[in-house]
Amino acid sequence: MSEQAVLTGEHFMTGDEAAAEGGLAAGCRFFGGYPITPATEVTEVMAKRLPGVGGVFIQMEDEMASMNTLLGAAWGGMKSMTSTSGPGFSLMMENLGLGIITETPCVLVNVQRGGPSTGLPTLVGQQDMMQAKWGSHGDYEIIALAPSSPQEAFDFTIHAFNFSEQYRLPVLLMMDESVGHMFEKVVIPKAEDIKLVPRRITKDKPADYLPFKPDDDLVPPMIEFGEGYRVHITGLTHDEKGYPVINAEAQQPLVRRLCEKITKNADKIYMYDERELDDAEVVVISYGITARIAQQVVNECRAEGKKVGHLRLITCWPFPEPIVRKLADRIKGFVVPEINLGQMSLEVERVAGRGIPTICVPNAGGEVHNPEDIHAVIREVLK
Amino acid sequence: MKKEIRITGFGGQGIILSGYIVGKAAAVFDGKQATMVQAYGPEARGSACSSQVIIDDNPILYPYHRDLNILAALSQEGYDKFHTLVRKDGIILFDEDLVEFDAPADVAVFKGVPATRIAEDLGRVMVANIAMLGFLVAQTEVTSADAMKQAILSAVPKGTGDLNMNAFERGFQHQPAEIVVGAGAGV
Repeated sequence: MSEQAVLTGEHFMTGDEAAAEGGLAAGCRFFGGYPITPATEVTEVMAKRLPGVGGVFIQMEDEMASMNTLLGAAWGGMKSMTSTSGPGFSLMMENLGLGIITETPCVLVNVQRGGPSTGLPTLVGQQDMMQAKWGSHGDYEIIALAPSSPQEAFDFTIHAFNFSEQYRLPVLLMMDESVGHMFEKVVIPKAEDIKLVPRRITKDKPADYLPFKPDDDLVPPMIEFGEGYRVHITGLTHDEKGYPVINAEAQQPLVRRLCEKITKNADKIYMYDERELDDAEVVVISYGITARIAQQVVNECRAEGKKVGHLRLITCWPFPEPIVRKLADRIKGFVVPEINLGQMSLEVERVAGRGIPTICVPNAGGEVHNPEDIHAVIREVLK
Repeated sequence: MKKEIRITGFGGQGIILSGYIVGKAAAVFDGKQATMVQAYGPEARGSACSSQVIIDDNPILYPYHRDLNILAALSQEGYDKFHTLVRKDGIILFDEDLVEFDAPADVAVFKGVPATRIAEDLGRVMVANIAMLGFLVAQTEVTSADAMKQAILSAVPKGTGDLNMNAFERGFQHQPAEIVVGAGAGV
């Protein structure tokens, strides 16, 4: 090790670079990936920086293999990370599921561009939000964070690593091209001021250890290979020993626990920003780059005396149901701008119910919203 | 006060680096808010290349230009593409050997600098963008001169500091012939 892992100080950098630096500051020492616009700069920073801090960078043959390297590296004792965009995210879906069923901590950064398919490599989209939740087969719960600035790309990558260790699963940083390629000031704290969640290692002796027996919070502790423990890690349904058991008796408790370790701890996971909600009649819900456009619109509405508030999602998954439900009981309606044709707005509508309108402000991608389009919908709901 | 600055030229002139330096000067060394975005991708290759900077005392929400205060043009194509976006009371800076303009009526103040010639005098044409940054600071005070110098020194290759500072100083000291078109007056 010859270089600083934590670049304490003030920088002017992109969201992509900040996500990479956030990973390094969180202790990530393995990156397996395949470059793809607009996430390439994450890969570039890691390729340049990891060898100097005692880490390993591998450019893999594709994104399926990349995702698997994360799982292997994590079980080998490292904190691991990758970055990609739409087409690569699709390829990572199968092995994201392997990460979920094997309860492997790691972080996947998706710098979203316009799709479907190769779509708009260089231009913004937020079209992978439902894929993040449902893209891998089988039932699962996920944690996905959406940064709105390079500073948050740094901060939330650290949160993502902490959640991944706390709850033992792959965590998604759902960035977008605008935030990924935007330069802003990023303040990196001193290493000792960055709070990190350490890997949960079992206290059981090797003879007593059951690798998939959970603690009270439904999360099982891990081991360090080479310390005398024997663990079988499989994508098949398994019992607490980790061996394949292909029947309903094993499937029911395992899949329920994989979901419940998130749903039952959700109150500790939810992150969101509340702006001027107290007297709001209309609430805008947004995330990522769109939250900045939405906040500008909300400020303009307030200046005109309109009672409009803003709920900015930081954890899109788990979706913060309690605050949305609470607001739905007393406001006139939700307005949900997003750079897709209606994804998180479906979740808002599900939770808000049919009593009040939830109106998406759709945008198929390529550019951020025109603020006037959001204004127009707010005016409609306020009528 | 919010200011929107676009620097434009062609690939290889250090246009994106210039935007980065302006943003870093404002955000890191002047303690203001600054956001820089760049025209990116195939649409930005081999033709008019540009970087967009916003500097403000308050947090910047919408990160793209809506109301351009300052255009610094290092190529004809860049000038042609963006000059009509400048506010009436804005300012257009240009490399006077590379840009000829048909001044549109009632728009902006125009000020020329021989940025590329200054760089050639110094023996390295690649510092033309830094001469333009010196001119930009002197004519618009968009950042402090100290902040801009610190940002330049932090961004250029080691060993080229003196060269870049000379280019900055020559641009900074240049006295342009002011061309006022329409009713515009400064920024």
